[in-house]
Amino acid sequence: MTLLTVLLGCATVGAVAGSLGCFAVLRRQSLLGDALAHAALPGVCLAFLAGAALGLDPRGPLLLLSGALLTAWLGTLLVIAITATTRLKQDAAIGIVLSVFFGTGIVLLTYVQKHAADARQAGLDRFLFGQAASLLARDVWTMAALGGAVLLTVTLLFRPFQIVAFDGEHAASLGYPVRAIEVLLVSLIALAVVVGLQAVGVVLMAALVVTPAAAARQWTDRLGRMVLLAGGIGGAAGAMGAWASSLRSHLPTGPIIVLFATGLLGVSLLLAPRRGIVWGAVRRARNRRRVRVENLLKDLWRLGEQDGRFAGPRAISDLLAVRGAPRSVVEEARTDGYAAVAGAAVELTPTGLDRASRIVRNHRIWELYLSRRLEIADDHLHRDAEEMEHALEDDVIEQIDRALGRPAKDPHGRPIPRGAPAA
Amino acid sequence: MTAPVLEIHDLTVAYHTKPVLWDVDLTLPGGRLFAVVGPNGAGKSTLLKAVLDLVPLASGYVRVFGQPYADVRARVAYVPQRESVDWDFPASVLDVVLMGRYGRLGWFRRPSRADRDRALDALQRVGMAEFRDRQISRLSGGQQQRTFLARALAQDADLYLMDEPFAGVDAVTERAIVELLRELRDRGKAVVCVHHDLQTVPDYYDWVALLNMRLVKAGPVAEVFTTENLTHTYGGRLSILETAATRLLKETRGSARLP
Repeated sequence: MTLLTVLLGCATVGAVAGSLGCFAVLRRQSLLGDALAHAALPGVCLAFLAGAALGLDPRGPLLLLSGALLTAWLGTLLVIAITATTRLKQDAAIGIVLSVFFGTGIVLLTYVQKHAADARQAGLDRFLFGQAASLLARDVWTMAALGGAVLLTVTLLFRPFQIVAFDGEHAASLGYPVRAIEVLLVSLIALAVVVGLQAVGVVLMAALVVTPAAAARQWTDRLGRMVLLAGGIGGAAGAMGAWASSLRSHLPTGPIIVLFATGLLGVSLLLAPRRGIVWGAVRRARNRRRVRVENLLKDLWRLGEQDGRFAGPRAISDLLAVRGAPRSVVEEARTDGYAAVAGAAVELTPTGLDRASRIVRNHRIWELYLSRRLEIADDHLHRDAEEMEHALEDDVIEQIDRALGRPAKDPHGRPIPRGAPAA
Repeated sequence: MTAPVLEIHDLTVAYHTKPVLWDVDLTLPGGRLFAVVGPNGAGKSTLLKAVLDLVPLASGYVRVFGQPYADVRARVAYVPQRESVDWDFPASVLDVVLMGRYGRLGWFRRPSRADRDRALDALQRVGMAEFRDRQISRLSGGQQQRTFLARALAQDADLYLMDEPFAGVDAVTERAIVELLRELRDRGKAVVCVHHDLQTVPDYYDWVALLNMRLVKAGPVAEVFTTENLTHTYGGRLSILETAATRLLKETRGSARLP
């Protein structure tokens, strides 16, 4: 068994589980995948015992996987039945089914290893945490064939799956057999889980269903791309995990694969454009900086209003004293091209003057709007306008300005600037 | 005389042993804007779902254009409540509107250029053309509602069933929707809306059904939308009927076709 074949096997497992997992995650059925995986264990043991009793090869991959699929299916049906007929909610039903099937599986596993004729070589314990190195060529071929069938089905039925996942009632009103499609989807997820059991193990298989989908969601807003990407991420995690676990013998494959998948999820959560934490922090920092600089420009404008001198140098210390801003803000305004600095004095550039007049205009027009149209008390106006002046865009201000009849003064009687004053 | 758009006869519906609609008889002629009005829990949404075959009927039947729903579903479009779906779903506005074409596509066919053109045309009609590529989670409530309307328009139906199309939308969207409904009516389509704002009923609709677990009154707004009928509709829940029915259904649970 070459390393390449093992890698291919694990990549298939990851790709199939990852792409199917998108539908599980979007339909909020992540935990169902976990229940499915755990419920497969007794099936594996029963299939082994039945195979041995009937004189078949008890380690044949098709036999073991059929057993796994059977009990995984039973477990799912039981979850659905418990939810439908009792007052228990789905999470409780999943908790119950998962533990009782897994417990039964462990009892059977212990029995098999003590009593089966061929006990030591049975190696069924690899189904707990996965052992990619134990994969035989026939195992990999079985996995590839089943996985390929699952992926083909998803490709063919992408649109029915999409519409049922987004809006089941709308799909039903169009005539889609929603219940049947849901059952098919869960069956495919069960198949994807079962295919991966030998490589990843029942305990951790659910992670390969959920994690790649969650990672892929960070990068794209389209379902088709999400499914492809999750397949890719799952496949990469599978291959990397199998490779890493092959470096040291007896390192269980499942946990290593899960660590790689989670690493990829971490990278996605941090770095993905728009949704990523890093970009969010960068955006917020940029925004805070803009607000700081705009406030400084506004303060300069107000000082100008006091002595009628908008342009021309002014002592930096006077300016910073207005709201106790640090000296660095002046530097930021200079970098942005709004202010020129000479020694201890600062001066608005033409663009700075224009920007300052707009901010003050926004502030005063918004105050007027609140006061006239929404009849908000005068002493509440300032704080609100202080935030809105930075957020309002020109077209909104223009609308309000027109609606108010292009007023000259704000509610406190101060002039509303219209463009930069002549120097 | 052609068959009525909608004919509901002796309809009773129950959810998990809780009765919701009782013995409703209703006939709706074509080419009208039709409001379904009533207090919370009156079974308004359920009435729409019963027409669409989405909930099992305990008794009675529904005919759409004189036929069972399954035979005419290509002529009916449904707009569910906006909150009924997860708007963080990975889809663009155009993706959602294209789903209106899925009923005609069947299971395997990809949307054709003609389907895309229909969807874009529908977006145009609700004033959302420029948002076609926007992720649906980045829409305002009014824009989400318009997206749903565009999906229904893309179905090219003759009967539109809308569950609270005006819920939580801005004034501009509200006016746009009213215009759209009138345009549909003037082209001979029938529209049934579950509606919450009693004040606007006379302005927006031609016919109204007053519903509170049973049908109180239905007919032209001018005749039916009276203070007396409204008092009757909103005058408290029918607690005795409800209690009695719950008992009855508990005893017969598991038999019949109740869920």
